[in-house]
Amino acid sequence: MNIIQNWGKYFLFLFSTIRNREPFRVYPSLILDEMVKIGTNSMVIVAIVSTFIGMVTCLQTADNLVSPLVPMSVIGTICRDMTLLELAPTFTCVVLAGKVGSNLAGEIGSMRITEQIDAIDVMGINSSSYLILPKIIAACIMIPALCILAAFLSLMGGYLIGEITGAISPTDFVAGIRNGFRPFNVFFALTKSFVFAFLISTISSYKGYFTLGGALEIGQASTKAVTNSVIGILIADLILAKIMI
Amino acid sequence: MIEIVNIKKAFGDREVLKGISGRFENGNNSLIIGASGTGKSVLLKCIVGLIQPDEGDVLFDGRSLFKSSVNEVKKIRREMGMLFQGSALFDSLSVFENVRFPLDMLMAEMSDGEKNDQVMHSLERVGLTPAAHKMPAEISGGMRKRVGIARAIVMNPKYLFCDEPNSGLDPMTSIKIDELISDITDEFNMTTIVVTHDMNSVMGIGEYVMFLHEGLKEWDGDSNSILHSKSQALREFVFASKIMEKLL
Ligand SMILES: Nc1ncnc2c1ncn2[C@@H]1O[C@H](COP(=O)(O)OP(=O)(O)OP(=O)(O)O)[C@@H](O)[C@H]1O
Ligand SMILES: [Mg+2]
Repeated sequence: MNIIQNWGKYFLFLFSTIRNREPFRVYPSLILDEMVKIGTNSMVIVAIVSTFIGMVTCLQTADNLVSPLVPMSVIGTICRDMTLLELAPTFTCVVLAGKVGSNLAGEIGSMRITEQIDAIDVMGINSSSYLILPKIIAACIMIPALCILAAFLSLMGGYLIGEITGAISPTDFVAGIRNGFRPFNVFFALTKSFVFAFLISTISSYKGYFTLGGALEIGQASTKAVTNSVIGILIADLILAKIMI
Repeated sequence: MIEIVNIKKAFGDREVLKGISGRFENGNNSLIIGASGTGKSVLLKCIVGLIQPDEGDVLFDGRSLFKSSVNEVKKIRREMGMLFQGSALFDSLSVFENVRFPLDMLMAEMSDGEKNDQVMHSLERVGLTPAAHKMPAEISGGMRKRVGIARAIVMNPKYLFCDEPNSGLDPMTSIKIDELISDITDEFNMTTIVVTHDMNSVMGIGEYVMFLHEGLKEWDGDSNSILHSKSQALREFVFASKIMEKLL
């Protein structure tokens, strides 16, 4: 019963962000602000994580491919597919669930308990639309962009570590990346990151928006935002893999 | 004039408000008093529509807050100003921007210059022009309350609501805030409702007082007759303060 109630509340909450919106003119600057916040604040962590993941993927694949019958370029192909299909979108979004999700829940939760959200409501402004909608839109634009960055840096990491350690030559690596490339996989990766971005931003905002109590509850809301977003991402990952591939 | 009709509200099986009716006149400072936890804040939140009561209605000069269309409600909301218990200033905006916020959001037809004039006028009214460009974190609790008042009156509201305007302030500052609210009410002929448990405020600015006890309206009347009320609960509440004992 509780779970069903929660789902109902979540969907009503989503609906309330688009029903009785504020006039269009207020949104562009809010969305830009949020995009800057989400984008710039997460770029470094995404860059570090994806580069290292790319390097490790390349080294481990190379280590496992010892047969002289398999061309070296296969390492590049495997790195490309793993990165595009799973590592760049899913791994990046799990990291971002921790960064962006806890941030959103904390910010909105503290606005709730200090009555700032009530203050907005009393003015006759739709607080969920004013506060949450720009965050959802900004996340759905910026997180896929960060995933593209992650995919690029991850492959760059593989390329560089291959050359540095001599595990695979740059020519082989690039040849592998280009071999049998399916543009659909890029579309798939972007779709995934878009869905994950939506889940992270909506689940975290929802947890923050309905915080009750005090500072302790803000912390709990942040934690729940992160765990629930991660679970949401993994379930969505499975479903998308099933229906799209 | 604000009229509340048989407001009931329960949280789970805990009945907080058990049917409260009353009438708050124009140009009056009306006070809602009562012990901690009797539901004063809940009643105020029902009156402004932040909490949906289980039963009952609130009429703003005859217009219902709970039975009107969304646009009607927005119109009523534009005529309301509210000061929250913790001031509820937006942390990320400066004092000036906080006061300007309602104008930016709701007054598209106003020019920038007009908005700035209006904001400065409001800040001047609460005596905070010098702090206009500070951030909320940089000013004291009393100043935050005054910014809250400035933000509440910047739209020239007809109805003003204050939840414990002097909690956490020293007696001198409390009196100043009370007087500010009272003066503004007279100046703009507003309908003001103040929630408080401070007997100083009651005797100082209360023109109409409603006393809540155990979810019901136990007593109402003007502040002069409060000392002669027959209600046992009210007498206990009033004379809990040593100063009041000495007054008699
Ligand atoms: N959102 C809520 N959910 C559940 N119970 C609530 C909620 N808001 C208030 N209550 C309960 O309603 C009762 C009245 O609370 P309220 O905040 O109105 O008291 P108050 O009269 O304003 O007290 P104080 O003077 O301390 O501010 C309390 O027992 C409180 O626990
Ligand atoms: Mg209260």
